[in-house]
Amino acid sequence: MEHRDDMGAKLGMWVFIFTEILLFGGLFLVYAVMRGRYSADFHSAAHHLNAFIGTINTLVLLVSSATVAMSITAVQKGDKRLAVVLLFLTLVCAAVFMVNKYFEWGHKFQIGLYPGSDLMLTMNHGQVMFFSLYFFMTGLHMFHLVVGGIILTIAMIKVNRGTINSTRYVLLENGGLYWHLVDLIWIFLFPLLYLIT
Amino acid sequence: MTEEKTHHPEPSYLVNTGKYKGLMSWLTSTDHKRIGIMYMYAMMVFFIVGVLLGEIMRLELFRPGQQFYGPQTYNGLFTIHGIIMIFTVVIPGLAAVFGNFSMPIMIGAKDVAFPRLNLFSFYLYILGAGIALTSQFLGNGPPDTGWTFYAPYSIQTHTNVVAAVFGAFVLGFSSILTGLNFIVTMHRMRAPGMTFFKMPLFPWSLYATAWIQVLATPIVGITLLMVVAERWFRIGFFDPSLGGDPVLYQHLFWIYSHPAVYIMILPAMGVITEIIPTFAQRKVFGYKAIAVSSLAIALVGYFVWAHHMYTSGMSPTARWIFSLLTFLVAVPSAIKVFNWVTTMYRGSIDLKPPFLFALGFIFLFMIGGMTGLTLGALATNVHVHDTAYVVAHFHYIVFGGVGFAFFAAIHYWYPKMFGRMYNFKRANWAFGFLFIGFNLLYFPQFIIGIQGMPRRYFDYLPQFTLGMQLSFFGGILLLIGIILMLTNLFSKKGAKAPDNPWGGRTYEWTIPSPPPLENFEVMPVMGPDETPYDYK
Amino acid sequence: MSTETVHITPYRTYAWVLIALLTFTFLTITVTWIDLSALTVFVALTIATIKAGVVLTYFMHLKFESSLFRVFVIMVLAIYVLVILFTLSDYLFR
Repeated sequence: MEHRDDMGAKLGMWVFIFTEILLFGGLFLVYAVMRGRYSADFHSAAHHLNAFIGTINTLVLLVSSATVAMSITAVQKGDKRLAVVLLFLTLVCAAVFMVNKYFEWGHKFQIGLYPGSDLMLTMNHGQVMFFSLYFFMTGLHMFHLVVGGIILTIAMIKVNRGTINSTRYVLLENGGLYWHLVDLIWIFLFPLLYLIT
Repeated sequence: MTEEKTHHPEPSYLVNTGKYKGLMSWLTSTDHKRIGIMYMYAMMVFFIVGVLLGEIMRLELFRPGQQFYGPQTYNGLFTIHGIIMIFTVVIPGLAAVFGNFSMPIMIGAKDVAFPRLNLFSFYLYILGAGIALTSQFLGNGPPDTGWTFYAPYSIQTHTNVVAAVFGAFVLGFSSILTGLNFIVTMHRMRAPGMTFFKMPLFPWSLYATAWIQVLATPIVGITLLMVVAERWFRIGFFDPSLGGDPVLYQHLFWIYSHPAVYIMILPAMGVITEIIPTFAQRKVFGYKAIAVSSLAIALVGYFVWAHHMYTSGMSPTARWIFSLLTFLVAVPSAIKVFNWVTTMYRGSIDLKPPFLFALGFIFLFMIGGMTGLTLGALATNVHVHDTAYVVAHFHYIVFGGVGFAFFAAIHYWYPKMFGRMYNFKRANWAFGFLFIGFNLLYFPQFIIGIQGMPRRYFDYLPQFTLGMQLSFFGGILLLIGIILMLTNLFSKKGAKAPDNPWGGRTYEWTIPSPPPLENFEVMPVMGPDETPYDYK
Repeated sequence: MSTETVHITPYRTYAWVLIALLTFTFLTITVTWIDLSALTVFVALTIATIKAGVVLTYFMHLKFESSLFRVFVIMVLAIYVLVILFTLSDYLFR
């Protein structure tokens, strides 16, 4: 009765990733249209973002992607301890990313900059659009990061228990794929939001 | 046809073998056949509700002026009629019911690739439908935006838009997961020897459909989330007073919702492609052309969305590009019609109910398709945009096309599903009522549409009274047809069905009716010279 | 069905990929300091695309998977690019 098809499972994950790409794709489309219309406002609004935190978060995510990828190699080679350590490092990176985001968003909320706030309603249309996109896109990205973190936590526990091992590790591979998707989206979000000043 | 009583040691999938009995054994089943049947029953309930809502609208339109209820109620009615019929009936439609029931068998598999995910999709479907329906009872009254939720009105209205939008979002998620499941199933689980170009054509159409589900649905998903965010947090992507762009909403909405029409119609075409060779006992004409035209429709159909927006203030360049693409997508559709008709040529036609419904489909789909070209052409579109003509065209495709194909599919696979036959004579009568009622209901709408009757209007000028009343009587005949058909199928147990009542050649006719739990006692293998349609 | 040969990527490859990605990141940041006006976005997006390509190829193993995956990825990206282009056919020509 046991039917196992790792290739099929991976194919399923990829198809799901395509869905996610188009989900964010809709937002990037809105970005393209709005940026075309309000490019000056986008430039001035982007000054309010902290490019330093953005850069740190980019680096953190890239490192976390590398550690996930390496953890698969470790599992394939049967090095359970190293795999768990690498996955743990990934989760630490995710936590750092979230903490940074917390301070970034928290600061904006403190100065009264959030969707629907009085401050935002006094701004130019283009700036409103920029911050709306900023909150919506980074918010949705964070949601995906949390989901990815949960999947990788489960994977880490399973590696530790030995249910993910060198003969069956498709769950870890799929979790890794999802994590790289989170990274991929950030690779585009970062320059489009932080670097257009 | 097989007369002898073959001995089937395996119990059928309808017999409970798991740890639960009765309803629970169904609700916990990951068997693709049971999930398909559950979709069918759920959809039938929604369909009947949708039909009754439609009839209530026709009742109000029987005479000009207010008859039974006010305009706000009417706005709520056409909105919920659209939401139910589009998102819970025709979009999951044939793919969820017959795709689940028949497709794995037709490609020689025991089940879909991810059976538990399949059950999860079903629950998402029920959940999404439930959320959408709560919009009628909670909050500030039923939404009145129409099923299209056009901004900025959908952001301004005080009615309960969020529930409806969120329901549609969940239903979309269910549709994505079904599509994902089917793609992987068809890639990984075909019988040995069955290459892609030896796969039956209903699975082929589902394959094309599944890609649209996966690649188009997320766009509307994110759009609906944006509408919710606008209503809750005043994020103003579509609100002109905040610098947003309502036309952008229309773009995003139709990037999904036009391909969604192909999500509905492609599986319908697939079913017709199965029925015609079976009842003509002829090898299907132009197998590859039909298979490839499914993909072509899916691909080109993805890029025609803005033909819904000719009058929205879009750039002239975009208008002619989208008009051109709209004409292009008619080509693969016409290829299919040509192939169906040619398959019948010199066949030994057996005019049983499924075939009758298939013929009805071709007739109605042709009218729907041709009038679609009127709407796709820029000059004529401006004249009939947002009139009853659009309503008629749309219903010819979605009800005349998808609906009749659905009825054809039920009559075709019913013996396989339940192991029972139904009364042919009554099925034919039902078809008669449905066909005449349908045309009487929607054809007048073409005429009054050209004469200038706008769609979604509660009231109308006296000159449209005759057309409206013909439509009303058509609606009654249609309702009688539906009742006749459903009672014929589901009220009385018919005679026991043989394994292959129609002389079909695809795999589902080689196994018992109803099939055993794991479909095949011996897994099928396709020989090098075999094709799915080895008739004469 | 799980008889496909398993490709084990050495740690070293990933380390190099990470270094490349980090380099590209610093490159984008320095590029935005130099004012290229209209070109800035173009350069930033080009670099982002290259980075995405590297992630897809190595981290997501596209290089070592069956070619089916590559075909799908290219198809999906092509469709998305077409969606953007067709939408812009409205906005750029208003």
